[in-house]
Amino acid sequence: MKVMVSAFVAALLIAFVAPVILNQFEWSSAELTSSEYVRLD
Amino acid sequence: MNFRLFGAAILALATLVFNPAWAQEVPSADRTATGGAQTLEDILARQKQMEIDESFRSENLGNPANAQPITGPLGTLGGRSDADIWRAIRYDKIDPTTQAKGPAVDVLIQDGGVEWYKLREGPVITYGGSAIIAIIVLLAIFYFVRGKVKIEGGRSGVTIERFKAMERFGHWLISGSFIALALTGLITLMGRSFLMPVMGTGAFSVLADGSKWLHDNIAWAFMLGLLLTCVMWLKHNIPNKLDWQWLKAGGGIVTNTHPSARKFNAGQKIVFWTVMILGFSVSLSGLSLLFPFQMPLFAETFSFINGILGTDLPTTLTPQEEMQYANIWHASVAFLMMVAIIAHIYIGTIGMEGAFEAMGKGQVDIEWARQHHDLWVEEIEAKQSKGESS
Repeated sequence: MKVMVSAFVAALLIAFVAPVILNQFEWSSAELTSSEYVRLD
Repeated sequence: MNFRLFGAAILALATLVFNPAWAQEVPSADRTATGGAQTLEDILARQKQMEIDESFRSENLGNPANAQPITGPLGTLGGRSDADIWRAIRYDKIDPTTQAKGPAVDVLIQDGGVEWYKLREGPVITYGGSAIIAIIVLLAIFYFVRGKVKIEGGRSGVTIERFKAMERFGHWLISGSFIALALTGLITLMGRSFLMPVMGTGAFSVLADGSKWLHDNIAWAFMLGLLLTCVMWLKHNIPNKLDWQWLKAGGGIVTNTHPSARKFNAGQKIVFWTVMILGFSVSLSGLSLLFPFQMPLFAETFSFINGILGTDLPTTLTPQEEMQYANIWHASVAFLMMVAIIAHIYIGTIGMEGAFEAMGKGQVDIEWARQHHDLWVEEIEAKQSKGESS
């Protein structure tokens, strides 16, 4: 059961870390649809 | 007599009051500054109720020969009317220049959204939700008719290692993230219809926001789990003749027999390939939705299908249509996966005695292993005896 709980914790950890890493590569979906990305110029 | 004279005088005065300009003519105006259109003098003269020769505009109906060419600045529309142009915008048959920069901004009108919304709110929710309820009801009936699959002769008390820690970690990583994805996906898809009327808009807004965040981000754990389990279990899930025997015996569940199987029986192989194929597909469409307009999938897929099957699926899709197809596909495949996984959860928990221990502890009773995976037990025992003898 320890393995099961640790896998669930790992899944949550990945969920928290993923957007931070994606932002580093400017791959964030939030970034792609932000007003900064879609701007008037 | 006096009344007649008085009446005539009143009439003459009234005529002078209401028609002061009868006797006045506006001098001819120079309208070169306005290109022939009326000038300020014309307007002032009209206000003074002076007589104006209206022919300068009543006869000025335009001369097509004097028009700017189509390509010139402020050129005419040629043979196209405003209605023609609006129709071109409506059907995305123009190539506009837009001030807004970003993906999909040059599609000014895309009317597929209504059809997508109807499909999403109608058949997808109705059939998808019904499939989940149906599988739960069927499994409940099956449980009450068949009962739990017991270990024949009872437990031996001796256990054998069924799955290593890494295998169980991969399994729980994909299953934990899948359950989170399924629940948050259902909230996103159906919450507006079923939860918001009960919870209220404020509470549902918090739930929907949280669900979207978790769904978007825990998807990476699901994809990692998919990759891990694929690498670890692919070689054990290659179909062989033994699987056909297992399927013919109905897995022994109905007939109370124990068809031979190695590490994974045909039923488990079906679950494996269902998860791999549908999981890969739902991941691809999910990535397409995670990065809007960056990963269009359907135009090329439709083109590929048309090439093989000779179908006439649309191969020119707007960026919005790509997203709409991705969304419907993502939800449909996810429902199929949910149905398969609910059946898998049933047989792995309440449906079969001793099955959960395989993933829960990693150790299973040797009798359970012999009844459901006899050839695998023989392989393990042969390896162990070989190791001991060497």
